Amino acid sequence: MSVLVQYLITGVSRGFLFALLATGFVIIFRVTKVVNFAQGSFAVLGGFIAYSLLGAGVPQGAAEVLAVLASAAIGLVFGAVTILGKMSPTASLVTTIGLALFSEAAAMLIWGTTPLTYNGLSGHDIRVAGIFVQPQYLLLIGVSLVSLIILWLVLDRTYVGKAMTACASNPYAARLSGINVKRMGLLSFAIGGALGGIGGVLIMPLFPITYDGDVNLAILGFAAAIVGWLRSPGLALAGGLIFGVAEELVAGYWSEANETAVALVLMILILLWQAHRRQRVEKLV
Amino acid sequence: MLAVDGLVVRYGAAVALDGVSLEVGRGEMVALIGANGAGKTTLLNTLSGILAPSTGTIRCAGRLAHVPEGRELFPDLCVDDNLRLGAWKADSHDPSQVYDLFPKLRDLSRRKAGYLSGGEQQMVAIGRALMAKPDLLAIDELSQGLAPIVVQEIGRYLVQLNARTGLSVLLVEQNARLAFGLCPRAYVLETGSIAAHGPSARLWDEPAVQSAYLGGHVTT
Repeated sequence: MSVLVQYLITGVSRGFLFALLATGFVIIFRVTKVVNFAQGSFAVLGGFIAYSLLGAGVPQGAAEVLAVLASAAIGLVFGAVTILGKMSPTASLVTTIGLALFSEAAAMLIWGTTPLTYNGLSGHDIRVAGIFVQPQYLLLIGVSLVSLIILWLVLDRTYVGKAMTACASNPYAARLSGINVKRMGLLSFAIGGALGGIGGVLIMPLFPITYDGDVNLAILGFAAAIVGWLRSPGLALAGGLIFGVAEELVAGYWSEANETAVALVLMILILLWQAHRRQRVEKLV
Repeated sequence: MLAVDGLVVRYGAAVALDGVSLEVGRGEMVALIGANGAGKTTLLNTLSGILAPSTGTIRCAGRLAHVPEGRELFPDLCVDDNLRLGAWKADSHDPSQVYDLFPKLRDLSRRKAGYLSGGEQQMVAIGRALMAKPDLLAIDELSQGLAPIVVQEIGRYLVQLNARTGLSVLLVEQNARLAFGLCPRAYVLETGSIAAHGPSARLWDEPAVQSAYLGGHVTT
């Protein structure tokens, strides 16, 4: 029982990491129609920047916040490269893959190939449901949840958030209303960058990251985002949690080598089920 | 208010507008009629800066707001948000003036725009454009897909608004009867150029307009 609880807590915290990345996919796709496969790079670069800042003696909290801001800035630059030209969404998708490869190479040159980690939140392990949990897990879950809630409130309640929704819903009409759709696209990339950075900064103390860790993160983030057809932040969160917990249960009860494979099979099953459901709905209409 | 001179717009090799000139005076309501594919929507998209002209000039002495063909609302957002977003570049985001003009919308303000009837959607589309505090309102296909009685109602609102505030209106329509009824002056657009223009009453009697838009001569 306590082993199961341990797996669940680890799974949920990894799930929130995937949910942060998935939400980045969703926000960027909704506004720009670009599937940003550089989403994992934001997490890796964010984590690595925090590592370097800590090494330079910057206090923990400040280093982490600065790293998240740096990730947002990287997101902005990636967005500028991807959407400011006149590329089709498909060409932009390939561009994001190129940017991901580029940032892997840059990360390898700067930080090398060994997995990096740093100490997370200090303090005694906290007792949850009969087992002891590192406080960093709870920090990851708490900060992710709060970030996602704040993001949702900004999108749903603020004027700028509604303008972003308007760009997603009808870019032509948004332009006619005087909204700069490209600028909103850049904003979405910056938000995606910040979300990735938050995930990277918080996960690194728990799971060391290598320069090429972005691929796995992008794939699982994408898998979670596709649960809501890249459109629904709520379903992206649900998808993230499903994949995080599934991965951890597979790793725990079966074999760590199979965890990603099983998560991806799960993604394919969800896609098939959704396609089937969609067909049924279309028949009704 | 608006002076368009020798406007040419191309889509690749195809010429959509071939030297269009027209004018809308301050406080004037002007109709532009034309069949499908005549270039009406291209003209409006060029006026609002979505398309770039190859040659020709557009001079607009004030702010232009464009009510697009097919309404083009934000279907997932409520009526109130649709209206407020129209004021993205204006100083005030308060839609109460639009609600005064279309009292029906006040009761629907929390309803998602996608769930409204066609007439209500057209009111939201016009209201959203008005939120930009325009001096000239360019409306594309006001009557499209609407029941005649609803079109009449919205047309009355427009005439009222024009009389009260001096807002200039460029009404782009396929329905010549409606357009001539609302606007004292009109242009006829045919395959990218102006085929006729003048007071609506005189265009009404032009044989070309009669046969193309009014279904033949009306004998009295």
